[in-house]
Amino acid sequence: MRTSKFGVAVLIATLCPALMFGGTISGKVTYTGTPVKQKPIDMSKEPSCAKQHNPPITTETVVTGSNNTLENVVVYISAGADDANAPAQAVTFTQKGCQYTPHVIALHTGQELQVVNADQTSHNIHPLAKVNREWNKSQPPGSPNIQEKFDQPEFISVKCNIHPWMHGWFAVLKTNHVSISKDDGGFSLPNLPAGKYTVTAWHEDYGTQTQEVTITGNETKAIDFSFKAKAY
Amino acid sequence: MNSLKRVHFFSVILNFVLAAGISVARAQDAPDVGPHPPEPLKAMESHIGNVTGHSRDAKLDYRRYCAGCHGDLGDGNGENAVWLDPKPRDFTMATFKCRSTVTGMLPTDQDLFNTIARGLTNSNMPIWNTFTKQQRADLVAYIKTFSPRWEKEKPGDPIKIPTEPPVTIESIAHGKALYTKLECWKCHGPQGKGDGPSAATLTDSKDQPIRPYNFTAGGDDSRFKCGSTNADIYKIFITGVDGTPMPSFADVIQPNDAWDLVHFLRTLQVKRHSKENEVLKAAGGKIPPYNETPSTPPASPNNSAAPASPSENRTAGGGN
Repeated sequence: MRTSKFGVAVLIATLCPALMFGGTISGKVTYTGTPVKQKPIDMSKEPSCAKQHNPPITTETVVTGSNNTLENVVVYISAGADDANAPAQAVTFTQKGCQYTPHVIALHTGQELQVVNADQTSHNIHPLAKVNREWNKSQPPGSPNIQEKFDQPEFISVKCNIHPWMHGWFAVLKTNHVSISKDDGGFSLPNLPAGKYTVTAWHEDYGTQTQEVTITGNETKAIDFSFKAKAY
Repeated sequence: MNSLKRVHFFSVILNFVLAAGISVARAQDAPDVGPHPPEPLKAMESHIGNVTGHSRDAKLDYRRYCAGCHGDLGDGNGENAVWLDPKPRDFTMATFKCRSTVTGMLPTDQDLFNTIARGLTNSNMPIWNTFTKQQRADLVAYIKTFSPRWEKEKPGDPIKIPTEPPVTIESIAHGKALYTKLECWKCHGPQGKGDGPSAATLTDSKDQPIRPYNFTAGGDDSRFKCGSTNADIYKIFITGVDGTPMPSFADVIQPNDAWDLVHFLRTLQVKRHSKENEVLKAAGGKIPPYNETPSTPPASPNNSAAPASPSENRTAGGGN
């Protein structure tokens, strides 16, 4: 496994050095204004989950870090890069303590999604897709992972009807050049061949922003995104 | 139930009005009134047995009988929609409640045809059995013009429904254990009254509040959204009710277990005469606790050829 991966890496490195040693677009996502205060979640109807959170967790519609940084922003190349194929490895979306971790995942179209129930309670996974197929599956405790794929690019809101506070997002994209901002607001899109790119930043509540970036070679371009916080 | 009687009375009146409406429509040779709905993107067909439905032939029927709620554009925003709960189906989403196909897939033509004939209980969708088979087939084809999904995707094969094993007090007891284990009660309530802890917060895929089914309401005339036979209930566990909080249990329930759950659900319908309630009564009216290691092996297909009781064999949607 390890050697074959290494072999492929060597092969790619030999054949197309630009892909391996290309440019990088990186930066920070911040906000201006005052974000709405996130509400503590009352899980008293599900004691097995409630006891896992002390103090109670809050909603995650807007998650911020220190210095006005904004977390959970999906930053991706929306134009300029090849669509590329879906990576072979699956993306895991875990239900633990009646919470989705992570809150946002990025998937390539056709990439396998694995939904894990790590709780002692049943969940139903209900991606409210509008472009893709909308399905809804029950997953009692101890049942095998749910494996699914999405064919079309779409930001899909996901919820559990049994536990209405559970909410997350599947960002289904036609690119592997994607990065989700951490609590320091940081993102990084490495391995970009020379070219002109459109970089899009998407936030579930604050919408999208785009920037044009040109990569000329083995360089790192710094760009930042700043979202205006919604007052409500 | 008073409200059910009213619904029945209403449907009789409605059928009469509809029948009159159809004859008027024919007599006037399809009058040209009001603004035209936009032309469908593509002509569609449906196949119901040996009947082929054509979307072009349903245009007037759709405008006259469906558009008031479902809208000219099929988006569920007809002029009556604001008054209705649950809201009329948005055909542009191509997400349908009553299917024989797995969750997320399109329904078959027959599924849509059955829904039109059956109507949807606990909603404003009436029983449209005043239409001819051809009219209904044409309407099915017409519904398929509203979403491009019908050109790109296939509904897939209907799920297989294995033969129903005999109703026994053991199967009812096991069904009750499954009702607890699979947490059906979280929404449907411990007694099936639709009052579980999550019930009040449920919303459909359009963020509209939606109630879980109350099994205890209604007597012998009680119906489910997607049919009234035991096989129809079985189907619901496996397919889910897409667009609603009811998920599919296809990957997490074994066929015999699903039948046991069906048998238990029938006993929640306390005012309804059924094989299940007879078995329960014969066993003293109390469901015994389920023993995790049953002394008898699970029913095999060989000894499960017993037909459902006659009351289960009534055809769905036989409103009058």
